Amino acid sequence: MKSSLIVRAATRLLVGLLLLFSIWMLLRGHNEPGGGFIGGLIGSTGFILYAIAHGCRAAREALRLEPQTIAMVGLGVALAAGAFAAIPGDALFTGQWLFLWPSEGSKGVPLSNILVFDIGVYLVVLGSVLTLVLALEEEV
Amino acid sequence: MEVFVAIMVGALVTASVYLMLARNVLRFLFGLVLLSNAANLVIFAAGGLTPEAPPLIAPGANAPPEGVANALPQALVLTAIVIGFGLFAFALTLVYRGYQNLGTLDTDEMRLAEPVEAEKT
Amino acid sequence: MGQSESSGKPLGGSAGIISILVPGGLFVWFLQFLPAVAAGETILFRYDWVPALGVSIGMLIDGLSLSFALLITGIGTLVTLYSSSYLGGHVHYSRFVCYLLSFMLGMLGLVLSDNLLALFVFWEVTTIASYLLIGFSADESKSRRNALQALLVTGTGGLAFLAGIILLGAATGTFELSEIEGSLAEHPLYLPIFILVVLGAFTKSAQVPFHFWLPNAMAAPTPVSAYLHSATMVKGGVYLLARLNPSLGGTDLWFWTLTLFGGVTAVFASILAIKQIDIKQVLAYTTLMALGTLVMFIGLGTSDAIKAAMVFLLVHSFYKASLFLMIGVVDHGTGTRDATVLRGLTRAMPFTALAAALAALSMAGIPPLFGFIGKEFFYKASLSAEIGMFWVTACAFLASALMFAAAGIVAWRPFTGRLAETPVTPHEGPWAMLIGPLLLAALGLGLGLFPDYAEVLVRPATAAVYGAAVEVDLYLFKEVNSALILSLVTFALGWLIYMGHGTLRDRLRRSPDRFDPGWDRLMDGVLAGCKWQANLIQTGQLRRYIFVTFLTLAVALVWTIWRAGLVPTMELGDDLRVKHWAVLIAITAGAAIVAFTNSRMTAVAALGVVGVGVALIFITFGAPDVAITQLLVEVLVVVLVAVAMLKLPQMNVEHVKAVRVWDLLLALTIGVSTTVVLLTVMDTPFDLRLTEFFEQASAPVAFGRNIVNVILVDFRALDTFGEIAVVAIAALGAYALLRGTRRPNP
Repeated sequence: MKSSLIVRAATRLLVGLLLLFSIWMLLRGHNEPGGGFIGGLIGSTGFILYAIAHGCRAAREALRLEPQTIAMVGLGVALAAGAFAAIPGDALFTGQWLFLWPSEGSKGVPLSNILVFDIGVYLVVLGSVLTLVLALEEEV
Repeated sequence: MEVFVAIMVGALVTASVYLMLARNVLRFLFGLVLLSNAANLVIFAAGGLTPEAPPLIAPGANAPPEGVANALPQALVLTAIVIGFGLFAFALTLVYRGYQNLGTLDTDEMRLAEPVEAEKT
Repeated sequence: MGQSESSGKPLGGSAGIISILVPGGLFVWFLQFLPAVAAGETILFRYDWVPALGVSIGMLIDGLSLSFALLITGIGTLVTLYSSSYLGGHVHYSRFVCYLLSFMLGMLGLVLSDNLLALFVFWEVTTIASYLLIGFSADESKSRRNALQALLVTGTGGLAFLAGIILLGAATGTFELSEIEGSLAEHPLYLPIFILVVLGAFTKSAQVPFHFWLPNAMAAPTPVSAYLHSATMVKGGVYLLARLNPSLGGTDLWFWTLTLFGGVTAVFASILAIKQIDIKQVLAYTTLMALGTLVMFIGLGTSDAIKAAMVFLLVHSFYKASLFLMIGVVDHGTGTRDATVLRGLTRAMPFTALAAALAALSMAGIPPLFGFIGKEFFYKASLSAEIGMFWVTACAFLASALMFAAAGIVAWRPFTGRLAETPVTPHEGPWAMLIGPLLLAALGLGLGLFPDYAEVLVRPATAAVYGAAVEVDLYLFKEVNSALILSLVTFALGWLIYMGHGTLRDRLRRSPDRFDPGWDRLMDGVLAGCKWQANLIQTGQLRRYIFVTFLTLAVALVWTIWRAGLVPTMELGDDLRVKHWAVLIAITAGAAIVAFTNSRMTAVAALGVVGVGVALIFITFGAPDVAITQLLVEVLVVVLVAVAMLKLPQMNVEHVKAVRVWDLLLALTIGVSTTVVLLTVMDTPFDLRLTEFFEQASAPVAFGRNIVNVILVDFRALDTFGEIAVVAIAALGAYALLRGTRRPNP
């Protein structure tokens, strides 16, 4: 699949931006619109754009990992995050929170298994969508 | 407001059912997309339609303001959309593979599992 | 059968020894109840199995069940001992033992269960075990066919029986046999209960017109025929009738149904017995005669009749099991069972001949054997019957005379006269195969000479069936009465039939059997019916299936709306602005275009319009997360469709020129119903408790201000996990479909 030079040059920049944007959407998701589903979908559109401009092979190389591996890792991460709640003795998938460096007026930097779970969702969505689209594109 | 949304959903369902009854599997697929859109809208609308008030809590506050949109159907619809996409993608690959193996998109001609000869014996 | 001369290991190895010890041990265990039961006690054990359904495993030991239990385990021990020699070297001997033991436990459960539902389960266990045993030589098509026939006939009856039990439980309020009291004759459900239970009993006990499966069941190995199809399983139906006699008996319907069917079965089967050449088949038909007689006398229902039935139950079990086992030895020793060939075996097989003689004398009802007592009590009961006396006496008389002749064919003719040529040089069987027939035959003689010993079982059994204590006094000879005279006439007629049985048989063989071919025709008809309806319903056209599915949905929707009288309020409101109108119209128009366009690209574009419109609706009504997701998914859908289109053909135009009127009507029905239902739902005040909890708990407990996301990843995280798993599986499935399957013709 050959694309014009402008598209190819522009996508390099655009893909980077889209990926950054997707991670930003993921991280802010707990408080503002966003989250793992949206982040994963945005991230996958970035890679699909890259695949359209540079070919599927290049997209796969840029991914480093097989997309289905990413999906499975994501599923594992989400499960691990949920199972983590069992360590303090809570029911599975109960939120666990830790606030680092609290100060006046701020609770501090939040760390939670909820965020890890959302990252798992992100990875599953990204991996699954890319598995589908790349496989279909290569077939054609 | 509700009346019009409901009528529109009815129109979507009508179009999707009509498409799914077609002989061409591509039409069936389009019907599937419309149907999942319609289903999402039904769930969403069944939770109440509240204009312009997303279920977000202002920084520092403990609860959202009165009269925000119902968050629960939104959460259900959000995952339903993604799953609907998964279903659609799978169905599309199935159609694609089916066309490659059987050489047709006409369901009447897809008789591998239930061949026409079987009726005569 | 694949029986072998030498069984390799003594008693068939460990499987054989277990198979002998289990029934033997149980027999001894059951013996301990004999004194208590003989004294008129009823022993009840109970263990709750499925308390919620009222199913308990209760063991009811009274005279009737103990008689059966002793017969089952006692004859079971002899039969397993016999089979350890008969089938000991067979490759599937262990399998055979397994079937036989499961049958035996099923049969024990059947006669001991106090709970009717448990009884039914055991009833089916015996049906299935019988199926496996009849089809034991699974490599013969005849064997498989006969096994299936037996399974279908008795299984169908079993279903009727189950329905009958459930009605019985509904009528009496209990499934415990020990709690059912009094007669149900006046109950409005009596007729259906009666019909269903009798259907179950008649199929199991092979009464005319369901008799044809039993002679075919003789495809089973001989010990099985001896055990299941004469002494035990086929008496399951008789047991059932006897057990329910106190609650269902005593009506005209009961009386006439049982005596008519039983009588016809007894006489008809006896005539067919004379017709057979294979002596095993002769015995099979005489078993039918015995079952018919038992049913007839239970139907007669007087205390004398019940007493006679219980005596005959014992008599028949002894001589019939003995004769079947004897035939196995003869078959084994000579290689044939042809009644026209076998002659003069006494010298070569003396012990077999002795067993055969004793058993046959009992069968013919000749004094001083136990069979004579059985026949005397029959005649006494039938002659003293107040109604139906002539019918019952005639049937009993004819059947007994024919039985006399059949006994001669089976056990007199093959052993007397000059030794005839047989495929194998006649030789005596091994001791393990002789103990059973000899012991059982000797029991017939012993109980005939000392009938007092039989009284301990017959008395409580009669009481259990009759529903009240009955005076039982068994005797060989007391006085010269009409019953004795009738017996003498029977012998005379029986002798005449025996003398002329050769000509009689030839004449009978000229008329064809109608029942067995009839069964085949019935099966062919059922198959043809299945094929017809499969072709009618399963056209193989996907859109027909989808049409039917949607039609069902439409009917369900319309019916519900009509029944509930849903009329939604149609408040239009005035909050609709131009942008709302624009979105609504765009979506509706987009849907219409997708439905009617013939161009793929137009369709994809219109789909995009619909998707974006839906996203706009989400954003309009305060759902930014959903709207973003919807938009992104819409983009992906368009990308995927566009990629796939490159390889897919244009949509075929000729099919879509005409509007499909019926499809459109159906689609409109469903669409309008959806609108009505949705409006009604939105009219209903909803329960917002859950939403309020999420709103209140989101920030303080879950530290998140986007409630939708908090619900997704925290409150309902387990759901979300399931959903992402589905997405991942869908992707993997599609991937496997694309990569894993190679095209057959590239």
